[in-house]
Amino acid sequence: MSIALNQVSKTFGEVTAVHRVSLEVNEGELVALLGPSGGGKTTVLRLIAGLEMPTEGDIYIRGQRVNDIPVQRRNIGFVFQNYALFKTMTVFKNIAFGLKVKKWRARKIEARVGELLELLGLKGLGARYPHQLSGGQRQRVAIARALAPQPTVLLLDEPFGAVDAKIRQELREWLVHLQHDLNLTTIFVTHDQEEAMEIADRIAIFSRGHLEQVGSPRTVYEEPVNEFVARFIGVLNVLDLEIRNGRARLNELEFPGHGQPEGQHIRIGFRPYAVQISADPCAYPCRARLKHAFFLGIMLRVELELTSGLVIRARMTKEDYARQGLDEDREVSFQIRQYRVLAGEDGLLQPEISIAENPPTMLGEGI
Amino acid sequence: MASHPHPPPSSHGAARISGTGEPVFVRGVLIALSVAFLAVFLILPLANVFVQALGKGWSAYAHSLSHPDSRAAIRLTLLVAAITLPVNVTFGLAAAWAIAKFEFRGKAVLLTLIDLPFSVSPVVAGLMYVLVFGLQGVLGPWLDTHDIQIIFALPGIVLTTVFVTLPFVARELVPVMQATGAEQEQAALTLGASGWTTFWRVTLPSVKWGLLYGIILCNARAIGEFGAVSVVSGHIAGQTDTMPLAVEKLYQEFNATAAFAVASLLALIALATLAIKACLEWNMRRKDRRERDAAANARRGPGPGPVALTAA
Ligand SMILES: Nc1ncnc2c1ncn2[C@@H]1O[C@H](COP(=O)(O)OP(=O)(O)OP(=O)(O)O)[C@@H](O)[C@H]1O
Ligand SMILES: [Mg+2]
Repeated sequence: MSIALNQVSKTFGEVTAVHRVSLEVNEGELVALLGPSGGGKTTVLRLIAGLEMPTEGDIYIRGQRVNDIPVQRRNIGFVFQNYALFKTMTVFKNIAFGLKVKKWRARKIEARVGELLELLGLKGLGARYPHQLSGGQRQRVAIARALAPQPTVLLLDEPFGAVDAKIRQELREWLVHLQHDLNLTTIFVTHDQEEAMEIADRIAIFSRGHLEQVGSPRTVYEEPVNEFVARFIGVLNVLDLEIRNGRARLNELEFPGHGQPEGQHIRIGFRPYAVQISADPCAYPCRARLKHAFFLGIMLRVELELTSGLVIRARMTKEDYARQGLDEDREVSFQIRQYRVLAGEDGLLQPEISIAENPPTMLGEGI
Repeated sequence: MASHPHPPPSSHGAARISGTGEPVFVRGVLIALSVAFLAVFLILPLANVFVQALGKGWSAYAHSLSHPDSRAAIRLTLLVAAITLPVNVTFGLAAAWAIAKFEFRGKAVLLTLIDLPFSVSPVVAGLMYVLVFGLQGVLGPWLDTHDIQIIFALPGIVLTTVFVTLPFVARELVPVMQATGAEQEQAALTLGASGWTTFWRVTLPSVKWGLLYGIILCNARAIGEFGAVSVVSGHIAGQTDTMPLAVEKLYQEFNATAAFAVASLLALIALATLAIKACLEWNMRRKDRRERDAAANARRGPGPGPVALTAA
């Protein structure tokens, strides 16, 4: 276990930024802290680094309780959201700072900084000042500076937030390679779910200070524990149904009643991929109009409008769409193959229910 | 533009001129007025100081300055400035640090208090110290029995000067430190630096221009202060007369040449201060611009347009 948080809370005056969070990160793992703005991600990172003290709970790094160990001796590398490079120092001096502080010899410092400049593709930039660098270069200098003293953990706060989309993509891939090569335990903050899905080994999802779920990208997508997670990771259609004549109904849609009393409302959620569409209006029990089709590479996002005006988001492959000769404004029929019942206020998701006569083959394909 | 429902006022004929296009003669009059004003009230009197000082030739000038009382005044003034500066730099750094980097109750009060010396008349500032440390003052009897002299002596002069010049360094540093934020220091801490190292290697270099600026202004005021110092000095020639006090005294004694000789030194210091200040301001502006440009460039970056679609 590289890092462990045990029931950690942090309050700022009235605000509870982090509430009873327990999280374990394994040696060499790449974990993403994901969540909406104000969720407490940065605070968690700062707590691990020692830049904030927990109000409650314990923090462990490599098995050692570090609550009382100051930032300086936690041996972490921290990359700030806005890089926080030392403006008055050159790139070389920025990277060398942590080594100088540790009283390395000049010769060794030079070798180590040279090595890092090479590793991060910053060769020849050692004499520049931060204001003479591009956003992506600054980002890499910040990472080099954090890596220089060979930290046990690397913590990055929205490392790709401030660079444009293309460089962000490059940096993402590059971070994954670097992290695997160094086998360095890494935690990074992001509010971009795609980014988290793409590069993290595991994702921890925060909302208003609570840790909602931790798991592999596949787990949090396929088995979200509640409505918040399901909606945050990908798209979730939610329907509010009423039990009538033993069945849960919403206009022309109809689902099993799940033993609920008459008049009771239940909510169900399903992913876009669980919707099966046919150009034949009689192929499936429900009818709709194909309102919009958005092309996303090999997949299409499709919006179905029911006669009641309700819109359901679905997904299908381009081939399927073309083979069926589908088009916008066409009348189609559809069915929902798998769904989950949302229980309680938080919309805790119940086990998946399959109502397909054809077995669900597309499960987990794409987002 | 044509389809804009409410055309902006600048499209009306009369208003359009007011941007930069005032009639030429208005501009000319305004400039001439300012120049004349400055010439009459600033440049002429200042030049006159030097004319009067050198009116009886260089030797009389040198003689006035080498008079023991003048030399004592110069020495005292430099000594006061030399003590005042480190005190106010230390205070200014501490106060600015506290205000810029911490959240605490009473922050606004502290900021207001720092400005107090600017709003209190120097005479009142001097009197405050007399009332505390003078013979009839609160601590007077105690000081007297222990044979410590503050009023009418160097300590009193230093105290009032420190008070009067207190805002300069802090006032300059607060905005600079607020703009820098605390992240660079925090980065230094995560890299293993102690608070002390962080201060010397990260904080101080990043505020050095603002600090220098504050020091220059503080120094100018410390050397030039008259009112407050006049109250606590006691005017003992050759002992507690600072340069401004000496100038006044010499002038009252109808020794115009000597008065203007010492005054010319003060004027020179003022001019030097002005020059250094202008230099620093130019330097800071250039640095700001450079950083803004660099930031703009970095944001623009390569790869525009369609790539952005892949971002969620
Ligand atoms: N120093 C502080 N003082 C007071 N409140 C704070 C402080 N730091 C954070 N908070 C509050 O704690 C909550 C969590 O903040 P945090 O910065 O951890 O969120 P975040 O998930 O990083 O958000 P973002 O995505 O916007 O960066 C917010 O409500 C914030 O206002
Ligand atoms: Mg944050």
